[in-house]
Amino acid sequence: MGPDLASRSSGPAAGGLPNQLGVKGWWSGGRWGIERYLYTLHRLTGIGLVLYLIAHILVTSTRALGQASWEATMARVSGPVFEIGEFAVFAAFALHGLNGIRLILVELGVAVGRPIEPVYPYKTSVGRQRPLAIVAMLAAGVAIIAGGMDFFFLH
Amino acid sequence: MNRERSLWTWHLAAGAVIAVLLGTHMTVMHLDQLVGAFNPHGGHPVDWANVVARGKEAGFTASYLLLLGAALFHGLYGLRGILLELDPPAGARRALSAVLLLGGLGLFIYGAWAAIAFRASQLS
Repeated sequence: MGPDLASRSSGPAAGGLPNQLGVKGWWSGGRWGIERYLYTLHRLTGIGLVLYLIAHILVTSTRALGQASWEATMARVSGPVFEIGEFAVFAAFALHGLNGIRLILVELGVAVGRPIEPVYPYKTSVGRQRPLAIVAMLAAGVAIIAGGMDFFFLH
Repeated sequence: MNRERSLWTWHLAAGAVIAVLLGTHMTVMHLDQLVGAFNPHGGHPVDWANVVARGKEAGFTASYLLLLGAALFHGLYGLRGILLELDPPAGARRALSAVLLLGGLGLFIYGAWAAIAFRASQLS
């Protein structure tokens, strides 16, 4: 959501346009293709990461209470369920982080091409930025595979 | 530059900071068998001896505080943006912003206290 969208998305309560689709609009990429699904993925991973961040702050702060408190807390959050959950957080970070780097680059005008006159047949910059999306997701895939090896095979 | 534009710019800047610091954090904590960095006592990165060794480092504590602030701002501002897009009424919008601001400040103070108190206890 850029600054212009931020003001538009303020909705009827602030005199803006209504968000008629709501959350349902997240699930259909329409003609926007994979970038629209990356938008949905970015939101879902972002929500998951911010919820994990809150829990993570509360859990890791127990180190300030001493070794016994820390080790008791770590024992409570160990086991296969937590390990799979931690890997999910790792994967979410890889996807959110690398897609976020893509979004910052696009926001700065990288990889979207030069502005052109709107002359028929119209061209869109979506195709120009697609290689960046593919590279970002391939890099996320490599990070997730490396993390999976470390989580499940090397420990 | 209006307030939302300024906050959006900080959101992007915080994202760039997080990409570096959280990338490092994930590498230290979860790619330890592949990379093996900043875990001087071996074993698992959350073993007490490794936690103490990292906590004593001023650079680690400083980067932790920076990451804590950047992650809370980036995450809670992003969550606010998602929720505001659902067009809540004006009163709920103000309440949401206030709750996220106060919650974020509270979590930052608690997390910062833990990092600083832990370092102080290990150095004394």
